[in-house]
Amino acid sequence: MKKIWILARMTFREAIRRRIVLTGLVLGILFLVVYSVGFRMIFTEISSETALDGTAFARVAQNEMSNFLLLAGLYAVAFLAVAMGALLSADTLAGEIGSGTIQTIVTKPLRRSDVVLGKWLAFAGLLALYLLLMSGGTVLSVFFQSGYLPPNLLSSLSLIYLEALLVMTFSLACSSAIPALATGGMVFGLYGLAFIGGWIEQIGAIFHNQTAVQVGIATSLLFPTEAIWRRATFEMQSPFGAVLQMTPFVTLSVPNLLMIAYAVLYLLVALAIATKIFKNRDM
Amino acid sequence: MSVAAIETEQLKKIFGDNTAVKSLTLQVAQGEVFGFLGPNGAGKTTSIKMLLGLVVPTSGKASLLGAPIGDRATLARIGFLPEHFRFQDWLTAGEFLGFHGELLGLEGQALKTRRDELLERVGLAPFRNKQLRTFSKGMLQRIGLAQALLNHPALVFLDEPTSGLDPVGRRLVRDVIHELRNEGTCVFLNSHLLSEIEVTCDRVAFIRHGEVVRDLSLASMDGNQSVVTISASGLTAAMISEMRRWGRDIQANGEKLTLTIHNEASIPEITRYLVAQGANVFAITPSRLSLEEIFIETVGKDGGL
Repeated sequence: MKKIWILARMTFREAIRRRIVLTGLVLGILFLVVYSVGFRMIFTEISSETALDGTAFARVAQNEMSNFLLLAGLYAVAFLAVAMGALLSADTLAGEIGSGTIQTIVTKPLRRSDVVLGKWLAFAGLLALYLLLMSGGTVLSVFFQSGYLPPNLLSSLSLIYLEALLVMTFSLACSSAIPALATGGMVFGLYGLAFIGGWIEQIGAIFHNQTAVQVGIATSLLFPTEAIWRRATFEMQSPFGAVLQMTPFVTLSVPNLLMIAYAVLYLLVALAIATKIFKNRDM
Repeated sequence: MSVAAIETEQLKKIFGDNTAVKSLTLQVAQGEVFGFLGPNGAGKTTSIKMLLGLVVPTSGKASLLGAPIGDRATLARIGFLPEHFRFQDWLTAGEFLGFHGELLGLEGQALKTRRDELLERVGLAPFRNKQLRTFSKGMLQRIGLAQALLNHPALVFLDEPTSGLDPVGRRLVRDVIHELRNEGTCVFLNSHLLSEIEVTCDRVAFIRHGEVVRDLSLASMDGNQSVVTISASGLTAAMISEMRRWGRDIQANGEKLTLTIHNEASIPEITRYLVAQGANVFAITPSRLSLEEIFIETVGKDGGL
């Protein structure tokens, strides 16, 4: 347990020294500034267009617009967190095995799984900080400008965190077996597949095409990222939007909690596989 | 009788269809400085990696300090400087030793003291706060050596420890090995620099295609054994056969006689004998058998390719 902690601290320090944290921070702040300015402009426009300012109708319109823009912002944040998760872990094991850095580490009195778990823990911490900054900043920016807060905020953000963790863990598992570029190709290939599968499922749901829905569920089982995201948007969607069914963030075919449990299981299995492959590998 | 530092029995490693190590059987005693010699591709590094648990053997058995390879408690008593050392170059020299010390279970003041002691020993104390990315190859080798000694190991593996070093650095490594020997540490040295091996090792094993082809105690060749070339006329068959008293591998070719003698002290005796028997001696030239000659004789001029 202690060795895991030592390795996690070292991984964290590496991220700081290699300016990964700094880059994430600077670009993250830039993202929030641009997002806030964009939100301000659109929100002002909407507010002046709704001539019945101060009425209940205006309030609903403003909330709908805020909800839409917030989900758009969080969608970008979720994607960035996924990319961050993949990039952090894609090269970590493969790179250290390739360079030989790993040789003086795994010949110390520790379990090889300590190395995998230590790195995982550090990346999980980094992703939590990143998401806290990005999603926290996005939500607060919307809240301070419009007074709008989406429902089920905490569970939704937890789901976005789960999505990023899942990609990071999957990428770590790949990294224990194949080089970084192959890992990157694999992770984003599957991410894209899950994305398009999600849309097929959505459109299938509109036309009540059961086969299309099944295709979507199948891709979610293969890689549950899009399913987790859609569950998160379902949690946050406004009651009005759900009735209108007119924005890309309205979820028609809702992934159930079983799918979320599956995603958690998927993550744990990926972590177990990473440990197992790393344990038996020649270095 | 204490357990052997290293004991292997028919250790074998096959990568795909390439046999890296065919059948390695060797024994190294505790406190011994052992040289592991062989041409490139003979399986030296793979052998070390198997012993340290980095590579899983295809078959065979091995133990370090009495415990089967891969035993975690034993790894706490072992030091290792890899051949292609690549370290966390974003760390400073001090942090690097601190990190590896922590992995070995050292902490607090004990770790700090040991870290400072070793930085001093390898001559890097002034660079303790410099990141490893700024280090030269020789400096990295020194910090790697310090890393291998953090835990006062009972057994140290040094894979090509002097490959990046200048003469001063090599001298340092040699001195460190001498100190380790005096402390009773077993050193397993893998090197191409035969002159280094010659002055530091007690015993060497030559390996070729992953098998020990010769095991040689350097104590027994302590400089006295040499090949003597005698130029003389009037040599008789009786004189030539009499040479067996002082040496072996006797070869006569006209006025040239060569033999390997056990002791250079017998050269004056040989001279007196030949003169007394009526031979005309023009020259007697001793030449020491170097490890390099033994190496080439053992593994072949092709280097075992």
